[in-house]
Amino acid sequence: MFYREAGQFKTTYQADQAVFPILQDRVGLALILFGAFVLMPLFASEFFLSVVMIPLLILALASIGLNILTGYTGLLSLGTGGFMGVGAFACYKLTTLFPGVNIVIWILVSGFFSTALGILFGLPSLRIKGFYLTVATLAAQFFLDWSFIRVQWLTNYNTSGAIEVPTRTLFSLPVTGPNATPQFRYLVILAVVTLLTWFASNLVHGRIGRMWMAVRDMDLAAELIGIPLYRTKLLAFAISSYYCGVAGALMVFFWYGSAEPGVFNIDQSFTILFMVIIGGLGSLTGSFFGAALIYGLPIMLKGAFHALGWNINPATVEHITFMSVGALIVLVLIVEPLGLARLWQIAKQKLRVWPFPY
Amino acid sequence: MHLLYQIFIDPFVQMGGAPDLLVQTLWEGLVAGVLYALIALGFVLIFKASGVFNFAQGIMVVFAALTLVGLHEHGVPAYVALALTILVMFGLAVSVERLMLRPLVNQPDIILFMATFGLTYFLIGFGELVFGGNPKKMIASELYLPSGAYDIKMFGGFVSLQKIDIAAAVIVSVMVVALAVFFQKTRIGRALRAVADSHKAALSVGISLEQIWVVVWFAAGIVALVTGIMWGARSEVSFSLQIIALKALPVLILGGFTSIPGAIIGGLIIGIGEKLGEFYWGPLLGSGIESWLAYVIALIFLLFRPQGLFGERIIERI
Repeated sequence: MFYREAGQFKTTYQADQAVFPILQDRVGLALILFGAFVLMPLFASEFFLSVVMIPLLILALASIGLNILTGYTGLLSLGTGGFMGVGAFACYKLTTLFPGVNIVIWILVSGFFSTALGILFGLPSLRIKGFYLTVATLAAQFFLDWSFIRVQWLTNYNTSGAIEVPTRTLFSLPVTGPNATPQFRYLVILAVVTLLTWFASNLVHGRIGRMWMAVRDMDLAAELIGIPLYRTKLLAFAISSYYCGVAGALMVFFWYGSAEPGVFNIDQSFTILFMVIIGGLGSLTGSFFGAALIYGLPIMLKGAFHALGWNINPATVEHITFMSVGALIVLVLIVEPLGLARLWQIAKQKLRVWPFPY
Repeated sequence: MHLLYQIFIDPFVQMGGAPDLLVQTLWEGLVAGVLYALIALGFVLIFKASGVFNFAQGIMVVFAALTLVGLHEHGVPAYVALALTILVMFGLAVSVERLMLRPLVNQPDIILFMATFGLTYFLIGFGELVFGGNPKKMIASELYLPSGAYDIKMFGGFVSLQKIDIAAAVIVSVMVVALAVFFQKTRIGRALRAVADSHKAALSVGISLEQIWVVVWFAAGIVALVTGIMWGARSEVSFSLQIIALKALPVLILGGFTSIPGAIIGGLIIGIGEKLGEFYWGPLLGSGIESWLAYVIALIFLLFRPQGLFGERIIERI
């Protein structure tokens, strides 16, 4: 009805190949951005912002990072948590060594430390493939997780082994630490996530993204048509780790406020991987859907039990959450192996031709 | 220079100086390796027969052990509980085939792999919901597993061998031989190998995929149960076992995904390497290097042999 492209004629190739070729999509995106940037900080409660929106954006960013590696390039990684940790600890070291530099700059820079380690641990990817590579990324995860605990230089020799986020300002307003308002933190995160998502979108729609997808679909064939396999894979590792590193830094500085070494353990990697699978491999929109579902599900379940008036102890709720997440993963894979993003696409396609079946 | 001395000379001097300690460390590594090999065996069984990389093997170990102990806690005699647990593992195999594998047939490997992630989470939640998250004691003595230790005089010191560890080594050897015979000599074993080679070709000669999958998941369930009993008897039954089960992954890539001997030898290499590294080189780096050493050992091997020590040669076609 309203979602229809009739009458929208493309007169240039550029218009035809745009990321959002349909006018309604562009309007929708503008509305979403308007809502996120203007309405949300004005009207949403502080609780909603700090408990729902901030975590969701950060997790979505990490999912985008993993999606670049796993969804677009087809290299399954279980080292996400480790790379996120590298970003967080690098940012902590940088901002305590050079407190004068703006924190947002350090957050964006700390991603490059993850990149360096990502490339290092991505080096075996030329020789080994598939599940063998997955286990190799586990080496990264466990090694990095161990170093966060053992290398005390990273936590500035803090006796508790945890890092405490210092207060930093942006436009002379506190943006990290206990005094920062959720609205301001939310806006900064939203800006970073929007910027990086836009960048990722351009990457995956361009030459590099096509190279990644060719490698994913069949690496030998990709090599034969002249794609430098090794460089492409390493580039995927580099960019993916950058996103994960920035997400990790944001997570500690803007969400948790402090980090114990165990935060970036293997469970973190799994959680992000689930978000990518449920959301849709090889889809940026899917990363947001997946993050929303996996992060939101426990909250919704708790809310549902509460609303029903059942008095269930939190441990049971957690167990039920585990079961539902597990069942959900299997269910999504059975119904639509390409995830929520594909369902979204199908829904849009149906809407386009409605009321006709096709 | 001092560092080089510490890395390359000092540990060996220590080894020579106290050979009884070295033997003890080697033995502990051997036992750990046997248990890693057991978990890896469960992975290999399923991978060989269905090409599914079953991430849930670790949680199946915990689940089987918990069921056994939980049933016993409710007053079921030990051997009845054992039989019932085997029945539960069969039920699990059937339901996994029905609810998960059958709808996912003909999907890419990675999708099936991820489905087993879902199974893992489901079983974690289910296990904790039914049996509680607290660590439990394995009913070792009720199952007539030996306890205590032999102290053997050696090189002017003592080497202590736990009886349960010896029992574990014996049971594992028996099981490996049984599995090897099963795979090589029986009708079902041959059918399993056919399915592993090609689903479509196996179907076309009249092998029932459904039946094979149930058989193989059931076999993996039994292996999981044995692992759970053995590991539980050494420490305790808790969900932290699941993290240890991840150690089976470097074992697997070291041995190759498809090879049963590979799983055993890989397990031993990882177990011994890990214990030696922790004991002699660990203090250099700060302790706890056990958590990642296994992966790094495996990674180094992989750089030279990408298909593992005994894996089938990877041949790629376009």
